[in-house]
Amino acid sequence: MASPAECKVGLRFEKVDKRYGTVYALRNLTLTIAPGECVALAGRNGSGKTTLLRIAANLTRPTRGSLSFSESTENQNPHTGFVAHATMVYDELTAEENLLFFAKLLGVTKRKERVAELLFEVGLGERKDSLVRTFSRGMRQRVAIARALLANPSLLLFDEPATGLDPEATTWLIGRLRTLRDSGCTIVMSLHGESEVARLATRAVRLEAGSVVADTRAGTTFQSVLSFTGS
Amino acid sequence: MGLLSNAAALLGKEVRTEFRSRELLSTTIVFVLIVVVLFSFTFDPTTNESHRFGPGLLWLAFLFAASLMLQPCFLREQTNDTLSALRLAVSDPFAIFLAKIGANTLFLLLTELLMLPVFAALFNVNFRGQLPGILLTFLLGSLGISTAGTALAAISAQARMRELLLPLLLLPLLAPILVASTEVTVGLMSADPAMQWKGIGFLAVFDVVFLTALWLFGEYLLEE
Repeated sequence: MASPAECKVGLRFEKVDKRYGTVYALRNLTLTIAPGECVALAGRNGSGKTTLLRIAANLTRPTRGSLSFSESTENQNPHTGFVAHATMVYDELTAEENLLFFAKLLGVTKRKERVAELLFEVGLGERKDSLVRTFSRGMRQRVAIARALLANPSLLLFDEPATGLDPEATTWLIGRLRTLRDSGCTIVMSLHGESEVARLATRAVRLEAGSVVADTRAGTTFQSVLSFTGS
Repeated sequence: MGLLSNAAALLGKEVRTEFRSRELLSTTIVFVLIVVVLFSFTFDPTTNESHRFGPGLLWLAFLFAASLMLQPCFLREQTNDTLSALRLAVSDPFAIFLAKIGANTLFLLLTELLMLPVFAALFNVNFRGQLPGILLTFLLGSLGISTAGTALAAISAQARMRELLLPLLLLPLLAPILVASTEVTVGLMSADPAMQWKGIGFLAVFDVVFLTALWLFGEYLLEE
């Protein structure tokens, strides 16, 4: 599995529409994300952030338009890590079993060591043998984040990553994301307004009714794009 | 990871989670037991009638049980959106189907094997000398039910009225399996037992056709 430094991934959404019945989740959206960028997606509920992330993860197909990936190295196998609203882990398995299972599917080498390392990082080393269904929302989110990081992803997609996390875990997450961003991992995260996590972003994109209405890199307009009051 | 190693890892997870919760197996076994006992009480068959109608009733009970058992196989993946995590992790989505089919076949076979002595006692049927033939029929029949059923469970899981949709689609589609399995089982449980190779061949072809279709088009069934 390629590490972010070995394989940088960029994305290009080209005139993408996504329609559920008669409702457009995305409408004629064109957006290019360069390899190694850390993009914060802002917007109200229903603005299309989650749909955009699911299309980027290849979990949903656009109704019209296309998504293409650009990779800086061709012979590597880039992996996408995705943390969604749902935790995407099994309640009937323990934290360790969940991570070992996904590590096996992803072909992670030295699985036990990698899983132990991540469980320790997310602060669940002592609860590794507990069933996930006994965990609080925040603990489940930590398992979800650990699952997404298992295979050193080149592209990380986060749908409100700090949901349910306590301040300590949020601080850890920010530190981890900063390291990943600095190592060249492309990160796209949806956020609700300004937050500590948003400060990591090198670019802010605001969606309204499925279209990009503001797109800025660090500067004076950055915070207004992230906040709900900006336009 | 390759298709088979992915499927093996997924099958291991399916078996582990089921044997930990025992939700599906216990429900299905109790359901089949109730149906077989009710059939026995309702018809109160003689030995001759048992040989003629018993296998049909048995396979009907298995079919009803399967429609109950297959329903949650994809619905459970929706609880925490784990299906998305699987789609991101496996290179070939057919591995997900292979694992689900393997697990469903295993659970169905287990139910059938547990029910066989109960059926034999209630319907006064002797199957002892025909066990290899019966096991082969159960295996091919269960594989067919699981293959078609898993495909339909994937479709119905994304639909509204999903609890009603699966039995509505499944029971007519599995009618050929019901007929062929019953014919073979009748032949094996008759006074002069004989293996109906034509029926066995039909079951094998049904399994291969549905597995191939799933291999070709399964990816689309998992999409949102």
